[in-house]
Amino acid sequence: MSSVLYDAPGPRAKRRNVFISVIFFALLALLVWFVWDAMNEKNQLEWALWKPFTESQAWTTYLLPGLADTLRAAALAMVIALPLGAVFGIARLSDHLWVRLPAAWVVEFFRAIPVLLLMLFANEAYDRWANLTTEQRQLYAVVTGLVLYNASVLAEVVRAGILALPKGQSEAAKAIGLRKGQTMRIVLLPQAVTAMLPAIVSQLVVIVKDTALGGVMIGFTELLSTRGTLAAAYGNPIASFVVVAIIYIVLNFILTSFASWLEKRLRRSKKSTGAVLSAEDMEELNPAATGGTFGTGAGGSI
Amino acid sequence: MFDFLSDYNNPTLLGAFWMTVKLTVISGLGSLIWGTLLAAMRVSPVPLMRGFGTAYVNIVRNIPLTVIIIFTSLGLADVFGVTMGASDFQVRGFRLAILGLVAYTAAFVCEAIRSGINTVPLGQAEAARAIGLTFSQTLRLIILPQAFRAVIGPLANVLIALTKNTTVAAAIGVAEAAYLMKGMIEKEAQVLLIGAVFAFGFVVLTLPTGLLLGWLSKRLAVKR
Repeated sequence: MSSVLYDAPGPRAKRRNVFISVIFFALLALLVWFVWDAMNEKNQLEWALWKPFTESQAWTTYLLPGLADTLRAAALAMVIALPLGAVFGIARLSDHLWVRLPAAWVVEFFRAIPVLLLMLFANEAYDRWANLTTEQRQLYAVVTGLVLYNASVLAEVVRAGILALPKGQSEAAKAIGLRKGQTMRIVLLPQAVTAMLPAIVSQLVVIVKDTALGGVMIGFTELLSTRGTLAAAYGNPIASFVVVAIIYIVLNFILTSFASWLEKRLRRSKKSTGAVLSAEDMEELNPAATGGTFGTGAGGSI
Repeated sequence: MFDFLSDYNNPTLLGAFWMTVKLTVISGLGSLIWGTLLAAMRVSPVPLMRGFGTAYVNIVRNIPLTVIIIFTSLGLADVFGVTMGASDFQVRGFRLAILGLVAYTAAFVCEAIRSGINTVPLGQAEAARAIGLTFSQTLRLIILPQAFRAVIGPLANVLIALTKNTTVAAAIGVAEAAYLMKGMIEKEAQVLLIGAVFAFGFVVLTLPTGLLLGWLSKRLAVKR
């Protein structure tokens, strides 16, 4: 065990560790018992409240349609935000000040604003100035909010991805006489997109989590809001929260694992330049490292 | 043009943003404490504590904040009667929102601090031991000063994200900025103006924080 914080334990440290483990285990057990007791007291442990989740009706009527809407909104948002983010990310790397500056303003502006505000605004704007059915309006409002925010986050991902490539790539492109647009299109972007894939997949986790906002605040029928109707039908608030939380955890865990598998694979591959942008790089993506303006500087992984 | 703003006094525009600031500061401090404890568990030599820290972070990070905040109201308060000593609905919502925000944000604080400790090269601790420093001296004089300086940038990002995340408290009726905006935008005609006012408010809140802490993290970064 090599840690910067402590040595490999000797006999005394081992005894102490066992002692601390026992106390910590007792505390955890106490906590579990306390929660269990509280649930029991409020009759939340009765099988009748949990039974619906073992039958198909609760899933086909409530949870699966909700999950489908969550995934639909997330997928739409990602598909629209990605090209938009690429455009702004490349614009921020432009040689011309009049392209670079406005792009930077737009990106910093939308990163500084909460997604919820964007959703509320889009919802109201569609309600007043567009002729949509309620379901359409809710879906569009959620997707619009998610696209505006995530496109600006992805713009930073794209920018960081291009900057992470070795300098020799663009120098070699210049040496063989490619123009700026060609260098970007043929040499830099394809490699950057590969390097960015893990970061893009982890951004999907953020998008999936943010769809829940649309459910509560503008009535979009995604997983969290179908939980409300389900709990009203079966009278099981706690059980439904637990099941919905597990669905989110499993879904996001799959996405996160996929991202880290992708990252490992890309790092191993011989073809790449070795530049890979992981989720953790994105969290630490501060302006100091990428030489950008000091703005709201969040990698956007929360 | 801004006449309609004076029609709102529960809360007023400034009152709503003041609520956002209060939510941010209090849950920021709370999650810093809880997050540091979690990080200490995650790097501790006791396997059970490491396991608990890892499990907490991985579970909480993957649940949407909205689910957590709604659960504090519909689950904790309504079913289990956890009102955090508040009789007033507004105060109850405020305290529950802070509870939810702390529980959620601490997972990210923990990861930021852990990554800060990981930036300190192993050689630093080995060199410290080689010159005969004790464990607490190594930690106090060598490791933590370097780790804290590396952590400012990531923590600033968490703080900015927290500022934006406080809007989720509107979902349980806390009268903060997003809550006021939702009420206003439905009633008034000047949709664009209202959007701009609230957007400006958040830019004012987040931009200086980012600038200041970004400058600080660059200034204090350990040059390697």
